[in-house]
Amino acid sequence: MKEKIIEKILTLLAFSAIGVLLLITVFIFKEGLPVILKAGIKDFLFSAKWAPTKGHFGILAMIISSLAVTFGSIVMGVPLALACAVTLAEFCPPRLLVFLKPTIELLAGIPSVVFGFLGVILLVPIIREYLGGPGLSLLAASIILAIMILPTITSISIDAIQAVPLLYKEGALAMGATHWQAIWLVILPAARSGVVTAIILGMARAIGETMAVIMVAGNALKIPSSLLDPVRTLTSTIALEMGYSAGDHRTALFAAGMILFIFIMALTILANLLMRKK
Amino acid sequence: MRLNPILSQKIIKTLLWILTGSTIGILFFIIIYIFIKGLPQLSWTFLSTNPVDMGRSGGILATIVSTVYLIGIALFFATPLGLGTAIYLTEYTREGLITKIIRFGTESLAGIPSIILGLFGFAIFVIAFGWGWSLLSGGLTLSAMLLPTIIRTSEESILSVPQEYREVAFSLGVGKWKTITRVVLPAALPGIVTGIVLSIARSVGETAVIIFTAGSSLRFPSSIFESGRTLAVHFYILAREGISMPMAYGTAAILVLLILIINISAYMTMRFLMKRYS
Repeated sequence: MKEKIIEKILTLLAFSAIGVLLLITVFIFKEGLPVILKAGIKDFLFSAKWAPTKGHFGILAMIISSLAVTFGSIVMGVPLALACAVTLAEFCPPRLLVFLKPTIELLAGIPSVVFGFLGVILLVPIIREYLGGPGLSLLAASIILAIMILPTITSISIDAIQAVPLLYKEGALAMGATHWQAIWLVILPAARSGVVTAIILGMARAIGETMAVIMVAGNALKIPSSLLDPVRTLTSTIALEMGYSAGDHRTALFAAGMILFIFIMALTILANLLMRKK
Repeated sequence: MRLNPILSQKIIKTLLWILTGSTIGILFFIIIYIFIKGLPQLSWTFLSTNPVDMGRSGGILATIVSTVYLIGIALFFATPLGLGTAIYLTEYTREGLITKIIRFGTESLAGIPSIILGLFGFAIFVIAFGWGWSLLSGGLTLSAMLLPTIIRTSEESILSVPQEYREVAFSLGVGKWKTITRVVLPAALPGIVTGIVLSIARSVGETAVIIFTAGSSLRFPSSIFESGRTLAVHFYILAREGISMPMAYGTAAILVLLILIINISAYMTMRFLMKRYS
């Protein structure tokens, strides 16, 4: 009898995570959807005119900025992350690996406000000085995000590389391949789905990052035309305006959050499908 | 002309090590930079007095207390839910549709960016429940962020408890629940605690979730229904509004120091446990 009750309670608890996820979905959509329907999906997604107090709810500039920042961070972060993953998984002596892997993972523990702060005082002046523009820019945000997503991508890629059966590598080496040829021609292709999953999760992290981006991106609301332009992403708009918004303005921010939520869920589901295929 | 494979391997290997080295260099640079600028600001007075004049002078006591409250509340809710889920997944069910749904919920929740969680917490606790900006609203929202980490680490450590432990208990006629609480959980406890400790490290650096749900009042919190400002939020406001750079560096040094200590001690415990069980 007692065992039965305990089992019932545990079953209930087990649905907490999915329950919270459902609650989040319901609340974000309930708050955000009405304003999208009111403004019209086309005007909401494909207009860059954002003046929510005057009834203009176009988030195109923010969507493009978010995608640009994410793309920039992937372009810079992925090669570096893969270089780290290959080095640690293949070239690194095991004694050093137990020290270096947690060190790279520690990078993920540094708070995003600290990254943003160091970006402002160290990176932004360099960009302003040597490349021009205001310094606070798409480029600055991409560089900071690249560093922030690196541990995620490295860590998952290491697992993917280590999961490749040793036989593959031994086979390649036995055929006379060098260690690097074995990595490039055999191991990496075999680890491909894991590495792609890592990159997708890195993208999800980059597109959702807020505080660091607010601090270094400059937050000018327009479609960026160069890497040195200041940008304002979906996340930064929400964070910057939430404090003083009311009425339709506030629900419009929820609507922006809803679009972000849809992006993230799409990336998470994609990553899940890729993992499962393995 | 083709490059000699041995030579090209040497070149690539050097290049990869340089990239890995610079990544690790970035991490050490961040930590050392913050420490050089921030540690000289630290003193007993800095830790034990409340902020004065928006944080221009005085110390950071109120923000430390708010941080502790918030993490305490978050763990109070996330630990039983997370541990319950982990026990259900490992001891009460087999892999099937239900576990797939639960795992999908957990993974998706882990991927939700903190700004979305902040929006959600704002909509539900601050507005719908009418609790306003308070430590309770903030703590509950934070618990949604910690839940996936606690589920995952608890599940792993429960799974690592040898099957024989359960078999011996069952053969002695011990009931299922008693076996779990008296045999399985004690053996898995260090791993579970490590997971909780790691989630504390994540909470310490979090900003976006908290700023919309717990607010940023600088007063010393006297109940969980009051607003409070955590260390990370305090640092963000000091740095972004340029209130006081020395105070910002001092707060950042405390943040980074806490995160270092927590992560390193959790990692040491984990290594110790892995040695003991293998």
